[in-house]
Amino acid sequence: MEALGQISTLHYLVLAAALFVLGVIGVLTRRNVVIILMSIELILNAVNLNLLAFSRLYGLHGQVFSIFVITDAAAEAAVGLGIIIAFFRNKETVNVDEVDLMKW
Amino acid sequence: MFFLDHIWLIPLFPAFGAAVMFFFGRKLQKQTVSIVCVGMVALSFLWACGAVWQYQGWAEANHHQPFQKVMFTWLGTDTGHMNYTTHDGTLAPFQADAGFLLDPLSAIWLLFVTGVGLLIHIYSTGYMAHEGGYYRFFGYLNLFMFSMLTLIMGNNYALMFVGWEGVGLCSYLLIGFYFHRPAASAAANKAFIVNRIGDAGFLLGMFTIAWYFGSLRYVDVNLLARSGHFNIGDPIITAATLLLFVGACGKSAQLPLYVWLPDAMEGPTPVSALIHAATMVTAGVYMVARSNALFVLAPTSMKTVAIVGALTAIFAASIGLVQNDIKRVLAYSTVSQLGYMFLALGVGAFAAGVFHVFTHAFFKALLFLGAGSVIHAMSGEQDMRNMGHLAKKIPTTYRTILIATLAIAGIPPFAGFFSKDEILWQTWSSEGGAYRILWLVGFITALMTAFYMFRLVFLTFYGKPRMDHEVEHHIHESPKSMTVPLVVLAVCAVCAGWLGWPHSLGGSNRFEHYLDPVFAREAQVFQEEGKEAQLVAGEKEEKHTNPLEYGLMFLSVAAAGVGFGLARRYYAAADKGYAEPIEQAAPPVYRTLQNKYYVDEAYDYVFTGRRKIGDVRLGAMGLGEASSWVDAKVIDGTVNGAGRITRLSGKISSWWDKWIIDGLLVNGLALITHPLSWFARLLQWGLVQWYALVMVVGLVGFVAYYAWR
Amino acid sequence: MQSHILSIILFTPLLGALLLLFVPKENKHAIRWIANMFALAGFLISLPLVPMFWEQRFEPGFKFLEGGANNWIPSIGAGYNLGIDGISFLLIMLTTLLGWISILSSWTAIEDRVKEYYIWFLVLQTGMLGVFMALDFFLFFVFWEAMLVPMYLLIGIWGGPRKLYAAIKFFLYTLAGSVLMLLGILFLYFNHHTLTGIYTFSIPALYQTAPQIPYHYAFWLFLAFFIGFAIKVPMFPFHTWLPDAHVEAPTAGSVILAGVLLKMGTYGFVRFALPFFPGVVTNPKVRGWMIALSIIGIIYGALVSLMQKDMKKLVAYSSVSHLGFCTLGIFALNSQGIAGSVLQQINHGISTGALFLIVGILYERRHTREISEYGGISNVMPVYATITMIMFLSSMGLPLLNGFIGEFTILQGTFMENRAWAAWAVPGVVLAAAYLLWLYQRVFFGKVTNPKNEKLHDLTPREVLTFVPLLILAFWIGLYPKPFFQILEQPVNQIVQTVRQPNANVNAELPVVHPEIVAQTSQGGK
Repeated sequence: MEALGQISTLHYLVLAAALFVLGVIGVLTRRNVVIILMSIELILNAVNLNLLAFSRLYGLHGQVFSIFVITDAAAEAAVGLGIIIAFFRNKETVNVDEVDLMKW
Repeated sequence: MFFLDHIWLIPLFPAFGAAVMFFFGRKLQKQTVSIVCVGMVALSFLWACGAVWQYQGWAEANHHQPFQKVMFTWLGTDTGHMNYTTHDGTLAPFQADAGFLLDPLSAIWLLFVTGVGLLIHIYSTGYMAHEGGYYRFFGYLNLFMFSMLTLIMGNNYALMFVGWEGVGLCSYLLIGFYFHRPAASAAANKAFIVNRIGDAGFLLGMFTIAWYFGSLRYVDVNLLARSGHFNIGDPIITAATLLLFVGACGKSAQLPLYVWLPDAMEGPTPVSALIHAATMVTAGVYMVARSNALFVLAPTSMKTVAIVGALTAIFAASIGLVQNDIKRVLAYSTVSQLGYMFLALGVGAFAAGVFHVFTHAFFKALLFLGAGSVIHAMSGEQDMRNMGHLAKKIPTTYRTILIATLAIAGIPPFAGFFSKDEILWQTWSSEGGAYRILWLVGFITALMTAFYMFRLVFLTFYGKPRMDHEVEHHIHESPKSMTVPLVVLAVCAVCAGWLGWPHSLGGSNRFEHYLDPVFAREAQVFQEEGKEAQLVAGEKEEKHTNPLEYGLMFLSVAAAGVGFGLARRYYAAADKGYAEPIEQAAPPVYRTLQNKYYVDEAYDYVFTGRRKIGDVRLGAMGLGEASSWVDAKVIDGTVNGAGRITRLSGKISSWWDKWIIDGLLVNGLALITHPLSWFARLLQWGLVQWYALVMVVGLVGFVAYYAWR
Repeated sequence: MQSHILSIILFTPLLGALLLLFVPKENKHAIRWIANMFALAGFLISLPLVPMFWEQRFEPGFKFLEGGANNWIPSIGAGYNLGIDGISFLLIMLTTLLGWISILSSWTAIEDRVKEYYIWFLVLQTGMLGVFMALDFFLFFVFWEAMLVPMYLLIGIWGGPRKLYAAIKFFLYTLAGSVLMLLGILFLYFNHHTLTGIYTFSIPALYQTAPQIPYHYAFWLFLAFFIGFAIKVPMFPFHTWLPDAHVEAPTAGSVILAGVLLKMGTYGFVRFALPFFPGVVTNPKVRGWMIALSIIGIIYGALVSLMQKDMKKLVAYSSVSHLGFCTLGIFALNSQGIAGSVLQQINHGISTGALFLIVGILYERRHTREISEYGGISNVMPVYATITMIMFLSSMGLPLLNGFIGEFTILQGTFMENRAWAAWAVPGVVLAAAYLLWLYQRVFFGKVTNPKNEKLHDLTPREVLTFVPLLILAFWIGLYPKPFFQILEQPVNQIVQTVRQPNANVNAELPVVHPEIVAQTSQGGK
């Protein structure tokens, strides 16, 4: 248990930052909406990790919030997938480049 | 006391019969139907005889009180907590029993209603044998018997009203029995609605009684009325009795509500005999007689009853003079005879009125059944102009009708003579002769009655045959089931009057003495209180013989003779296209009478609104049209108008919103913004990921700037 | 221990509606069966209430209390608080019965959107029951409004050609009334707080404080309640939504509308307007207006009925006339008048409900309600003609049928207050006979003149079944109304006592009658 004791907050933050960057890259580079969604999940979990890490220092608020975030992620995934399915039905594709409806 | 204790079974027998017909009638054989329905009425009749017989003994032992049998509380509660405030502020329970009452008055009605009812049921089995809806007919007849018996036997006004409306319903159903004939259904409606007008009066009269006396039971009301707390001429009692009399006018076809009865002849003939001659139409008489304790306290009401009765008598008789439909003659005759009965009641001769109801039931039922037999023989022909010379061909019918005619014309010693003569004599002698003008009216009516009845006999049975050969060929005497009741009724039409054989002719007037417990007390009450006996009921039969009485008796018999003579002179040898004496003497009068004084037309213009005066419609339908117009245009117009105003203001607001608020202020601003924004638009190329990338780059830039500044 | 029977009765229909949500809408057969089962269950479950209520019919106050004040949303003082007395008991029984009958009657009448139809109907049922059970104004108002929506949809979706007009008119009209009522409720609520320092919507609590409101406020409050209830009843001149709604509504909707919804207005008068504002309703001027509107409603409704060419419209206007009798009885302000009025409400539910079923049966066969299209129906549909005749007679108040008992009691009660009032109302009885019998004559009598009517088939067993309970009740009330009067006795006397506090001897143990009568009846009644 000695080894675990040496894991400091910093480790968590680094891991979280790494995850976050991975997620951002995923969001920015992938064209498949499903994968973009998964990347968003990564980002969210990176945030969760940060929250948990800081809750070690500042009390339970972080854990509570991370539960909220998990719930939120689930809801977001449901809604997001719903939108994707509706979108796929319309366009027969899940490629974001095809989705430029918001263009002026 | 078996019969008396189970007196409630008397109306329930026919009710059972009606229920059986209602549920199973369709599947039953005609024979079964006859057995059940006639059997039920026969049971009622026997039970009624038993009960009346036992009542004699009971009454001896109980000071001639009415016998009461209360079954249960029908209307209201018996807890004593639901009360209403009477006129003097005391509380009275809201409670009306389902209870029965037997006293001499109801006993008489009970006997002749069940008796005549039984005969007519038997007759109907023959008369209706070939008609469709046999079970329906007998079901209705049994229902009628139930209602009529409830009316008679109820121990309070509310229960009387039950029977009252019940008989009205049955009358409606039976008049409309041939419902596919428009005339029949129209007549049925007319009967019910006109009766309802009377019923409304009855209802209000009943409420007045409840308000004034705190009870609807006859015994309570009579007790209070006789207690001397109330003055003669008490305005409330006058109002109550007048309202009750409105009801009686409707049910017993008095002016001005008589119009339904002649039309009611659209029903099958046995119905006319049972309901519209012998029993139901006498309900009004029963009601007034039953309320005698109230009526004697209201001289105005008594006068009204007498005058309306006399006017109806002569009015209807005069119409009867010229009618050609055999049943219509009898219908107007019935109205006229009912007028006699009310005349008797109005002059305080309650017993005489009831006596006439009693005798009339037999001879008028007989006349109608005889007419039915004639119509049966004539293959449905009702117009006397197409009859003639039937005496030989249908002898039993002829003889019985002749007996009934002699009875109604007032020839001694037939039944009608005694009752009618009693009425005329009482009218002459009551109130010190104040009503002699009414006597004269009654006297002229007697003459007319004799004339139109013998006219009927001569046109039907004498003269030359005026019918088609086809019809003539088919003439036959009716079956036994029809002639036997005729004969029985004929015997009654002869003998029924003997029950009231007057003192002046050496009799003892048993009929009137039988009714003493109901009526005679009125006279005593007045005398004991030392008040001027304005209306002495029942006691005017002087023990000594009055020469004047003989004189009047002779006069009325002579009038009947004159009527007979006139009819014989003009109609005894009537051939096709015979002359009507009245038409020749005074054509306008004839036309007026033939059209029944145009009363139906006048009612249609003024009250129902079925006919328009020019373009204007009056009466109920006129009001209905006006109300519908008001409803659609004014009231609903207001509602829709409110809606329209709301929508208009909505439109104005939305115009303002669209063009001023949104158009000028919002979109106007946008219009200005639009040209200014072309550069910014270039940034929006629509690919989400590029936006995200810009955001991230920006973010990183920011962070980097602040981190390494 | 609390009995939960009221909640069970209340939510059984809603449970059915929830269950129906899970049935695929193509499976119409299953939907019909489930809806009918739940409607029947709703009726059967309410039956045990009868003996339970009968036991305690004379006990004062509300019975079967459930929940309590302020337990639902304590912060505003709203509670889930149920309880009934004799008046609401009878109306609840009527509601469960008519709910079942109208759902049964729509078996073949409704073919499209079956699922939604039954769901809304069951929801409506719960709403109506809630109105009669609620002892909390907040709860009451929720049910009162909740019931509007299903009815609006029933008319607006399954209605006739002008359904949208009728549905919107119905909705807006009644909503306008309930807004005013809501204002009134809020006034009472804050008034209660001012007097006692407690915020509560509890009706028994408000009974204590509302009568203390001074007349010049109470008058306007009464007016607000009056308009809300008068529109619902509907009293003249607020009645014009009724014919439209009835004509366009599907048969079952009409049955419920006439049978139950209208009773909410009269129930509101009896339950709220009278005990809350005794000072106002006893004011001769206010009372005179109420009576005058009732009498106008009686006569006017009957006259308009007389001239209708559409059967359903005729029946709708006859409702205006009948409900006029109900309000007349209420504002007679004596126990007979109010008891008669409640009984007449039940009677109207039975007879007019049946009349709408009758019209619906012909409509289903021929798709027209024009009277002139018919004639001679007796020849082809004898059973139908017989049932119609009985129901017409019941509606026009023939003795030994239910209508008479109600009308007689109301008229007698009114007569004891004022002779003229009763005299003005009585022509309504005559006119009722006129318009109904004339209708009967035109539709049923005569020969079959229209060839389209020759092939009409008589009632099916299911259709007969819908009438059987109504027929039984019609005869029961007509022949033996005593139980009904006993059920109504206590609550009605209670209301009369509240309204007429100064001379509160209504509940006196033994009536003071004329001594002669006492003497006579004690010896004569063998």
